[in-house]
Amino acid sequence: MIPAAFEYYAPATVEEALQLLRELGPEAKLLAGGHSLLPMMKLRLSTPKALVDIGRIPDLRYIREEGNTLAIGATTTHWMIESSEVVRNRVPLLAEAAGRIGDVQVRNMGTIGGSLAHADPAADYPAAILALEAEIVAQGPRGKRSIPAAEFFKGLFTTALEPDELLVEVRIPVPVEKSGAAYLKFPHPASGFAVVGCAALLTLDGGRCQKARVAFTGVTEKAFRDRAVEDALTGKAPDEKTIASASQKAAEGVEPLSDIFASAEYRKHLAKVFARRALMAAASRAH
Amino acid sequence: MAVTRVFGARIKRREDPRLITGTATYTDDIVIPGMCYTVIVRSPYAHARIKRIDVERARKHPGVVAAFTGKDLEGKVNPIPCAWLIPGSDLKTPPHPALAVDRVRYVGEGVAVVVATSRHAAADAASLVEVEVEPLPAVVNQEKAMQPGAPQIHDGVPNNVAFHWKVSSGDVGRAFQEADVVIRQRMVNHRLIPNAMEPRSCVAAYNRGSGDLTIWMTSQNPHIHRVLLSGILGIPEHRLRIIAPEVGGGFGSKIPCYADEAVVAFCAMQTGHPVKWGEDRRENYLATAHGRDHIVDLEVAAKKDGTITAIRGTCYANLGAYLSTAAPGVPTILHGLMMCGPYTIPNIDYEVYGIFTNTTPVDAYRGAGRPEATYYVERLVDMVARKLNMDPVEVRRKNFIPKDKFPYTVATGITYDSGDYEASLETLLRIIDYPNFRKEQEKAWKEGRYLGIGFSTYVEICGLGPSQVAGAVGFQGALWESALVRVHPTGKVTVLTGASPHGQGEETTFAQIVSEELGIPIEDIEVLHGDTEMIPMGWGTYGSRTTAVGGAALFVACRRIVEKGKKLAAHLLEASEQDILFEGGRFFVKGAPDRAKTIQEVALQAYLAWNLPAGFEPALEATAFYDPPNFTYPFGAHACIVEVDPETGTVKIRRYVAVDDCGRVVNPLIVDGQVHGGLAQGIGQALYEYAYYDDFGQLLTGSMSDYAVPKASQLPPFETARTETPSPHHPLGLKGVGETGTIASTPAVANAVVDALQPLGIHHIDIPLTPPRVLAAIRQAQGR
Repeated sequence: MIPAAFEYYAPATVEEALQLLRELGPEAKLLAGGHSLLPMMKLRLSTPKALVDIGRIPDLRYIREEGNTLAIGATTTHWMIESSEVVRNRVPLLAEAAGRIGDVQVRNMGTIGGSLAHADPAADYPAAILALEAEIVAQGPRGKRSIPAAEFFKGLFTTALEPDELLVEVRIPVPVEKSGAAYLKFPHPASGFAVVGCAALLTLDGGRCQKARVAFTGVTEKAFRDRAVEDALTGKAPDEKTIASASQKAAEGVEPLSDIFASAEYRKHLAKVFARRALMAAASRAH
Repeated sequence: MAVTRVFGARIKRREDPRLITGTATYTDDIVIPGMCYTVIVRSPYAHARIKRIDVERARKHPGVVAAFTGKDLEGKVNPIPCAWLIPGSDLKTPPHPALAVDRVRYVGEGVAVVVATSRHAAADAASLVEVEVEPLPAVVNQEKAMQPGAPQIHDGVPNNVAFHWKVSSGDVGRAFQEADVVIRQRMVNHRLIPNAMEPRSCVAAYNRGSGDLTIWMTSQNPHIHRVLLSGILGIPEHRLRIIAPEVGGGFGSKIPCYADEAVVAFCAMQTGHPVKWGEDRRENYLATAHGRDHIVDLEVAAKKDGTITAIRGTCYANLGAYLSTAAPGVPTILHGLMMCGPYTIPNIDYEVYGIFTNTTPVDAYRGAGRPEATYYVERLVDMVARKLNMDPVEVRRKNFIPKDKFPYTVATGITYDSGDYEASLETLLRIIDYPNFRKEQEKAWKEGRYLGIGFSTYVEICGLGPSQVAGAVGFQGALWESALVRVHPTGKVTVLTGASPHGQGEETTFAQIVSEELGIPIEDIEVLHGDTEMIPMGWGTYGSRTTAVGGAALFVACRRIVEKGKKLAAHLLEASEQDILFEGGRFFVKGAPDRAKTIQEVALQAYLAWNLPAGFEPALEATAFYDPPNFTYPFGAHACIVEVDPETGTVKIRRYVAVDDCGRVVNPLIVDGQVHGGLAQGIGQALYEYAYYDDFGQLLTGSMSDYAVPKASQLPPFETARTETPSPHHPLGLKGVGETGTIASTPAVANAVVDALQPLGIHHIDIPLTPPRVLAAIRQAQGR
């Protein structure tokens, strides 16, 4: 459990970090909370020549309310998000997802930007981020750009970020009134990662779903929004029967992951169960 | 005056402040000037012929002091021996080289070692060792390994069968012919990884001038390690010192004599540097012995009234690639002989095949053979109950050995010392309010909720053990224990025990025994262990023997102190020795309690020796070597209440109640702690933990993020209670409690899950009862 030798840089600003990335090239890796990268380095599965530690950039750690948007800095920890009054009040779905990550130690160190950029297929945030239709802000030599969540996750540990870009902020539109949301997960008994995680967000209008958002993590090699389930709910009253029938459409036509703990078939089955449970919880909270 | 008894008091563990404040010294904390670090290079192949190992690049790496391969060790480090040679089984003991020379037989087997001036240099250099191999087909499953045409792992071990052992008694054939019901079931008791909190570690220091070798190591039995390593390394026993500093748990995995410690000692002797080695967790998973791993075909015969008349079975025990130190004894002596459970089953026919596979060697893991036996017997009892439409509690009662029949010799030939099985079961039923639960269950079933209860009424063999029996069953050692009690001139006491506690709390319980026996305050008593140069020969800590055997030795030594003290007190008090009584730390004259000397005063006089009776030796200390006349047989009744989520297969434990009888209890707090830890591991086996190899011999559960050691949040609150049936042959009536929780709990959980799913007609699901596995059984039963 001893990593190969590496150089360590601790920039004080985003600009400095970007400069280092440019100078060091592809053999450098960004270090945030270190909860994904360091274990891989200790196993020598990852042997970067240099680490650029963005965890010491004070300007990247914040939670701000900007009108109807919540802006969260990249190195904001899971614990800060889970316990933030403003997140809990305005975007409870995100606080709920943050609170289900790993354990207290992990949540004290791990960061939202690190988790999203790592794009672990079983991470918790991606489902919430997708359901909330958040935007991910990347900064690079060409300046800042905003990536919609739906376009961010490209595949297994792969995102829309360019190698010279830094994820600097997550922007979450605050759900309108009469919305209800829930994140439910079936954790792996050892790792705590989501075997299946489902984020559901319902916005009601006159007792009917004006908008339904359902996103999964853990099921396939990248988190995804399940439009079939969403469509089956839109315009309908979210009663038990409608939700049950919509949930049956979950994870259809996708290729689920399979491992020694849970087969693809089991994951697919769980997706339907957790879609129903998450939607029922979301419906009960929508008022 | 109210006297608070020390024996039986809930005293907090005296060892805990240093453990929980980070001030304890573990092996890895030891630093010696000039110390180097080693990394053992391990095979990534499960089975391969070694064509070439080149350590030249590693040797040239900055900071590297030396690098060795198996060839360098030849003639200098003898093969690693097996120390439990079970008789009558045609046991094969193929050589186990400390570093592989021409073949590797499991992933994790050592092939080379690098010594460097820093951990980092050693790790970097280890990655430069070049190993060229010709991969061979591997076999990981014991049944497949026995098949014709399977890869042959050792020369001279046809079909990979290391031994065939059998216990047989009564007329099993007739019992099955005359049975009203016969149930056949194949069961699997899967492989587990012990997961001691502290991985294995050692530091070896060799003095070339004196020829003395000292090894600090994570050992449960330093004296056994000294004897074995003396033979492996060719170092005379009196030149070899083994020290077990603070040891962070073992659960059996620190009993065996591994190759690694011998390799590290060899490095120290070759380089002249003190050398340190420590496993990381991944290495621990590959290189430290695993536990369990049986496949068993079982049959039970019973009468209509629930009387169980016979058990027949064939067990295929996976031993891994080499015979670990105690491996052959675990699935035979410690397992097969316990196949009667707490029942009067008169006919037994049980055979065990021990089989080599291309996996990490298997040895004792908490319970070692008894959890497996208890699991099979308790599952069979439930199956009989189900088939006869009887209450599982009634079938147990029907077959219990009655309390007035002890000592009772069961069909397998061992004699249980004492028991009152009915009493522990009654206590349990009262706590869980059994009739009410069944009503609640009926209601739940009607609502489509799957609520169930599982019982486990167990007996286990511990307090290992009478040395004569140890010899008769092929254990290459004895099983008595030593204790030395030294009362210092100022009346303070040092206790040296040959047992080697590593988390069990004997620094507290042994002090309680001494305090009780000598009337000396507990804070004046220190318990030392784990250093072969300081401690009289002893056999260590395993098999729930430390308090059961070591505690008895301590009691005998204390009695010797009192006898000696009486002689001196009589002299000092000018009374006859027969008239001296000893109570509460005072020697006094019968009928004249004011004519007294405290034990502290007597101790001082014993050391000053100014005025001793004729022929009285100075000093006040005593040593005892206690060989128990029999094993002890703790027992109890556990119940687990679960609810199964039929949509996901998740098992939620709603209640767990453990009623244990471990004889008299020295410290209820510590007994509770032992039970809690054992339950966590037994429930872990039932629901979460399993070591999984793929067909190529790769351990796919190779880290804690794949192998599910249960966390507190995955366990229920535990309810514990006790009955107390003293062991009649133990001087303090103790039995031992280190393994009961692990032994009893796995079948309680499994029985509960099957009970919950009764409405679906499910009769058995193999452990571990993971959600996907339970859901698959549910869906199969529902015809989906």
